[in-house]
Amino acid sequence: MTTAVASLPRSARAGRAEGRRSHSGAVLGALAWLIAIVFVVPVLWMILTSFHSESDASTNPPSIGAPLTLAGYRDFFGSSTGTSPWPYLANSATASIVSTILVLLLAIPAAYALSIRPVRKWTDVMFFFLSTKMLPPVAGLLPIFLFAQKVDMLDNIFLLIILYTSMNLPIAVWMMRSFLAEVPPAILEAASIDGAGLLYQLRKIIVPIAMPGIAATSLICFIFSWNELLFARVLTGVMAQTGPVFLTSFVTSQGLFLAKVCAAATIVSLPVLVAGFAAQDKLVQGLSLGAVK
Amino acid sequence: MTSQLTAAQPAPVQAGRARKGARRSRAGKLPARERWIRRAPLLPGLIFLIIVTQLPFVATLVISFSRWNALSPSHKGWAGFGNYRKVFSDPTLRASVLFTIVMTATVVLVSLLLGLVIAVLLDRAFFGRGIVRTLMIAPFLIVPVAAALLFKHGIYNPSYGLLNGTLNAIWKLFGAHAPQPDWLTAHPKIMLEAELIWQWTPFMMLILLAGLQSRDREVVEAAYVDGASPWQAFRFITLPHMRKYLELGGLLGTIYIVQNFDSVFTITSGGLGTANLPYSIYQTFYSAHDYGLASAQGVVVVVGSLIIATFALRVVSSLFREEVGR
Repeated sequence: MTTAVASLPRSARAGRAEGRRSHSGAVLGALAWLIAIVFVVPVLWMILTSFHSESDASTNPPSIGAPLTLAGYRDFFGSSTGTSPWPYLANSATASIVSTILVLLLAIPAAYALSIRPVRKWTDVMFFFLSTKMLPPVAGLLPIFLFAQKVDMLDNIFLLIILYTSMNLPIAVWMMRSFLAEVPPAILEAASIDGAGLLYQLRKIIVPIAMPGIAATSLICFIFSWNELLFARVLTGVMAQTGPVFLTSFVTSQGLFLAKVCAAATIVSLPVLVAGFAAQDKLVQGLSLGAVK
Repeated sequence: MTSQLTAAQPAPVQAGRARKGARRSRAGKLPARERWIRRAPLLPGLIFLIIVTQLPFVATLVISFSRWNALSPSHKGWAGFGNYRKVFSDPTLRASVLFTIVMTATVVLVSLLLGLVIAVLLDRAFFGRGIVRTLMIAPFLIVPVAAALLFKHGIYNPSYGLLNGTLNAIWKLFGAHAPQPDWLTAHPKIMLEAELIWQWTPFMMLILLAGLQSRDREVVEAAYVDGASPWQAFRFITLPHMRKYLELGGLLGTIYIVQNFDSVFTITSGGLGTANLPYSIYQTFYSAHDYGLASAQGVVVVVGSLIIATFALRVVSSLFREEVGR
């Protein structure tokens, strides 16, 4: 009798607590949705506006249901001005892809010498790499500009490739080291006892294990190079201008331009959006310098 | 998603530390030839980095002591500490130092806090969690210049921006006229910071969410069994575990936001007191063509960054030391 009396309220209490928890769970879930929508509204607004006509894009209150048109995109691709953005997008792609390959070629051996067969004081080397990221690039910009002027490298995509390589190399070394540190030394020892050479070890053991890390590193280096503005703005002119610089030169005209700007912003962001969404986990690994796996 | 800080593996750490010790002592006694063989793969990257990133700073240091304005080349000469006197006596530069600090601190702290709230919300199962996470990443994947243009023209614009447009739409429902402030003129610093917070919160959220998901669930469950409230569990178990992730996010965010150029350049062009240091140096060099002064500013910024960096590197090295044991 007493047990029954005692157990009844307890189960009732538990049930109530359960109900409260699932209730508050739904509230918290809704809150998460609400915050995510607030954060994504500017992006949706950009995409929607890019498909509106210039006059619909600049109404107040906004014309959300206005008819869709490709006029903004046609304008961006030069239907009215005659300037095609393709050379600039191609420059961005060249600078980003070539510098990413160079970064990998320099960073993977360096990371090998910092993890699998480490040099003495390798932690000091790691911190030297990271410390170069903390110095503002703008402080070294003037000598680079003067040097480029002297050797006739201004407005040359190779200069940007070199600078982007140096900009991303420290990040890549940090990331690749943390991924190569995953390779179990025992396997390498066993392989070398069995007579496997360094190249064989690299090809059959190290690269397969580090492949996800190489992908994450490439993604981050590509995004940072693609996004870069300061160097590109100061060091390029007509020939080597990149996508972001082209974007800034876009808003000089009088009159309505919001739809065109939104179309341009969407196109320039598209490679990063696609790559980033496709490889969300790689993004996390990369942004945390490989600390988060 | 399998996410854990590489340091968070207690068992292998011990074994790894012993192995590491053995490896290090072996490396210490290596013959010179073997030491150079080990160094060889490191050297191309290291030498490249020193040439491209360190030599320009040396040049900056030299130029900072010269009187050199590209607009009057005949005046070129030795300036001694003249440029530095200008740097420290210039009130606009002092203002830009202050704004750089305020902007960086505001953006990093607010986006860390927001990122933490969102990460905690996303750490629990609910309907459409994967979609919410994907949506949350989007702001970070917009090219910074594009995002800045979008905010300046598409959102803050007083006559057709989304902000005033939305106000208008809501007030219209009640048949009233909405206030239509000129956001950028009225609150240039806050609007600039808001745009950066919008871009950087997803970054913080991703790092913090990975941290939350690497936490040992059983410890949290045990705390609940022992009668801990959700707040206590968060305060005494989750938060200490999250410390290194908060530090990592804070450090990386600081590195990138201190150097921000894109947003300042695009949204306000440094006007209305929003010129941060990178923008001010860019102005001195690119518009005023005062190479000597720009270099002196650069040197001051580098010295300041070095002071912050030493402090920041200590934070990283505490993260790193745990990982070195592997």
